[in-house]
Amino acid sequence: MTIKLCAEIFDPWQELADFQAQAADMAGKYGATGIFVGTMRDFNQGDEVRGMYLEHYPGMTEKQLQRIVEQAQGRWQLLDVLLIHRIGQISPNDTLVLVAVWSAHRGDAFDASRFIMENLKSQAPFWKRETLESGQIRWVEKNSNGYLKKP
Amino acid sequence: MSIKVLYFASLKDRVGRSGDELNIEAPLSVLEVWQRVNPNMNIPDTLLAAVNMEYVGLEAEVNDGDDVAFFPPVTGG
Repeated sequence: MTIKLCAEIFDPWQELADFQAQAADMAGKYGATGIFVGTMRDFNQGDEVRGMYLEHYPGMTEKQLQRIVEQAQGRWQLLDVLLIHRIGQISPNDTLVLVAVWSAHRGDAFDASRFIMENLKSQAPFWKRETLESGQIRWVEKNSNGYLKKP
Repeated sequence: MSIKVLYFASLKDRVGRSGDELNIEAPLSVLEVWQRVNPNMNIPDTLLAAVNMEYVGLEAEVNDGDDVAFFPPVTGG
């Protein structure tokens, strides 16, 4: 398990390539990689958004993320997990979050990556403060439920 | 005996402080901590609380040396 909070722009695809290159013991063992990449939009709730500040609670954020990944490891057969989340000042088109899960089979990879992402959205202490094109600054009040349809 | 109180995000703006130090004589509930440090503000309905970086309910006990955090719903990801 690798969990990182990142105060700078990061390239999720480079992070994945680097992670896999260093995980030689996984080679040949995984048949499925479940990846979610979240990217900052330039619109929200009908308004154009110029930028965003992502606040977190140092210590608790890492602790809760670790707990969520451990829960996923307890429920699904996972070989490894990589989770990177941005903090600080963010611009549209920047990557906000990367969740990657390696497993032997796709069911574990799909379900565990989804579980980690949805629990991160509802439990990990991060807060978004948006700056709109108008110059107005506002806090995002809540995250929506990501499960739009029952499988 | 003292405890540290922390506020985050929009709640920090609302209370106008990032934290408080509170001297206590005996263990308090999380709700009592809020009432001591914010006597003129009702506890917001959607407020979340943590003691020592673990989510807790408002009835949870707070002891000497604990960190209590109050914050609005989380919006990461």
